Amino acid sequence: MQTTIDTLQKGQKAVILSFDDAIIPLKLIEMGCMEGNFVEVIQIAPLGDPIFLSVNDTNLAIRKEMASRIFVEIQK
Amino acid sequence: MLLEKKWQAGFLWKYKSKMTKNDTLKIALVGNPNTGKTSLFNSLTGLRQQVGNYPGITVEKKQGSFHLENHQKVTVIDLPGTYSLNPSSIDESVTTEFLLNNEDKNFPQVAIVVAEAENLKRNLLLFTQVKDLGIPTILVINMADRMQLKGISINKENLEKQLDTTIILTSTRNNSGISELKNCIQNFQKLSGKPLFSNDISTYKDWLSSTYKIGFVEIEDKQKQIAVKKEQHQETVKRYQFINSVLKGNFEKDKTKATDFDSRLDKILTHKFFGYIIFLVLLMLMFQAIFSWSGPFMDFIDESFASLSETIASILPEGKINELISQGIIPGIGGIVIFVPQIAMLFLFISVLEESGYMSRVVFLMDKIMRKFGLNGKSVVPLISGNACAIPAVMATRNIEDWKERLITILVTPFSVCSARLPVYTILISLIVPEQKILGFINSQALALLGMYVFGIVLALLSSIILTKIIKAKSKSYFVIEMPSYKMPLLQNVFYTVFEKTKSFVIDAGKIILAVSVVLWFLASHGGETFDNAEKIVSSQLENQNLSEAELTAKIASFQIENSYIGTMGKAIEPVIKPLGYDWKIGIAIITSFAAREVFVGTLATIYSVENAEDEGTIKSRMQTATFTNGEKVFTTATGISLLFFYAIAMQCGATVAIVKRETNSWKWALLQLFGLGIMAYLAALVAYQVLN
Ligand SMILES: Nc1nc2c(ncn2[C@@H]2O[C@H](COP(=O)(O)OP(=O)(O)OP(=O)(O)O)[C@@H](O)[C@H]2O)c(=O)[nH]1
Ligand SMILES: [Mg+2]
Repeated sequence: MQTTIDTLQKGQKAVILSFDDAIIPLKLIEMGCMEGNFVEVIQIAPLGDPIFLSVNDTNLAIRKEMASRIFVEIQK
Repeated sequence: MLLEKKWQAGFLWKYKSKMTKNDTLKIALVGNPNTGKTSLFNSLTGLRQQVGNYPGITVEKKQGSFHLENHQKVTVIDLPGTYSLNPSSIDESVTTEFLLNNEDKNFPQVAIVVAEAENLKRNLLLFTQVKDLGIPTILVINMADRMQLKGISINKENLEKQLDTTIILTSTRNNSGISELKNCIQNFQKLSGKPLFSNDISTYKDWLSSTYKIGFVEIEDKQKQIAVKKEQHQETVKRYQFINSVLKGNFEKDKTKATDFDSRLDKILTHKFFGYIIFLVLLMLMFQAIFSWSGPFMDFIDESFASLSETIASILPEGKINELISQGIIPGIGGIVIFVPQIAMLFLFISVLEESGYMSRVVFLMDKIMRKFGLNGKSVVPLISGNACAIPAVMATRNIEDWKERLITILVTPFSVCSARLPVYTILISLIVPEQKILGFINSQALALLGMYVFGIVLALLSSIILTKIIKAKSKSYFVIEMPSYKMPLLQNVFYTVFEKTKSFVIDAGKIILAVSVVLWFLASHGGETFDNAEKIVSSQLENQNLSEAELTAKIASFQIENSYIGTMGKAIEPVIKPLGYDWKIGIAIITSFAAREVFVGTLATIYSVENAEDEGTIKSRMQTATFTNGEKVFTTATGISLLFFYAIAMQCGATVAIVKRETNSWKWALLQLFGLGIMAYLAALVAYQVLN
């Protein structure tokens, strides 16, 4: 099923499909947030934002706003 | 193959010819944040740099040196961590700028890319970029001690071949691989300086020079910005494809072992409810430590200095020098040394929070909340470390990507209760809050101090809200932070951080205080004609009052100090500070403490001890008994609170003004902050005194 990262539940895994180059900062791409890589939601901050992810063996946190710009395919 | 050899030979020749025997060899440590560059720098040079497990601990390049076995001198540059040569914030741009500038006198002949085993893939991105600059490169895979724990295995020979480099596994924890690294540096001529992706170094360099600023500087041409970003994106993808193919089969990670401990810890530390509770408890513990646990040490130091003064006064021959040392210098220095236990305790806490990796979790927990105030989750770090000192705190704002959020963070950071305020608060609180146990274990004075910290935070947040409305700046508001894995703080690192920071606090403050106390002593013990004839004037005035010898001496002393140079100056400004409840002595202390806040206590200590040379009490007891000329107590609750307000707000720190100017690149913000806070401080103190009195 296709969706965006911000809708993932804690513990859910997905594959990154695409995102808008102009909005997603390069730093995120460099940390491994690229087409074809796996992401897993590790923790969601108490107020629903930011989201703590594991991508490409890196643990990082991004804001919900940005997470909603990254399209993924959920893994069963 | 032949071409390759020729190329290499030409390259080596170029480097060899640059080096004569007595030259120092220059090497640079490059790598992702938190890979242990600074730790490695310390191991190599024996120098102590601050280390921490929070991205962006090193925000400027630092230099050190050591000698190889063959006596070759090596200069090492420790660079701030960066994820790539395409920087996203100013702190990251330092590395790119440095590596692009062949003209720099420290331009490295060897680049040591420090990677960590756990995140090797991501670390290699930067490695391939550095390699493409054509600098001979050594790949250090640090934290080798954690590889087994994390289930990591590496095929070193294969990687060396495919990455065309020399790989050295190190651990700064158990000092393994360091001598191997030194050996490798000694044989630097054998290192390959060949790029990985193309043979044309200058094309890559030119492209990098023309594009690297895009990530953190706003440019007019949006079209160009987008185009460059596409190029950077494609470059990154290309590099990762290469890295993935290289790592396949040569780097294995046992997933089950990898994240177990960290994720369990994160479940608790970033929990909706317990996460905040734990954070609060840690802060509470910090204040309890600062106030209660350091108490006995402080009393001891205070009494030691008082008796030192006394001893010196009796040993040295009587006269001006004796007075200068026993009444000027020793009380002044004592006024600062007494706070060493508290400051050390504070640095201890902050360095453990940073070393362990916990600080990033705090950023994660606080981002949403901080955003409501126009700040960023990352603003928490400057605001917390501002409790030690505003200078590194202002510098720690550099990893905030958004300029507006960064500027506001810089402007409100001085509200954090820095260690220089601690002496002032401590002494004022001990004068106006009686010591009691609340609920049987909470120290009432510690609670009052906590109140001052809360007051600082509230002021910072309120000001942010206002500033967000006022400051017009485009905001790209984005937020990416790495959550490093948890590490047991290394006792040695923590110890050195605490030691170095405390030492520099004492020495920096000590220098100012020494100067101020000598000048003050001179101004307080000299004066015009009235001062010189004090004895005559006072005795003739009080002739028929039948005073005892001691009473008369006291009257003369206080008459003298009022007519000394300092007294005359103090009297001149008294009308301005009278409405705040201060006498001229406090006025002088406030003025001198514009150099640095902690001078306040030293100044009062010096003035009071000149006044009461006979009475050898501690600073606190002298302040307690101080009276106005009409006999009323000086340090009443109203005056005390008014002073606390003044010190909580005013920007009394020359060094911070300078650093704000540097970090914002304009006098505008620095001066705005200085005067804005000054006026606010005066008004708050005025209202406090007038209402309470
Ligand atoms: N287990 C282990 N921990 C290490 C090793 N080397 C460094 N560390 C820890 O890793 C953390 C980061 O170390 P630093 O030396 O500050 O890293 P840095 O690369 O200088 O970081 P930035 O300056 O922020 O880029 C600290 O908590 C160190 O104690 C090592 O070999 N083994
Ligand atoms: Mg460092």
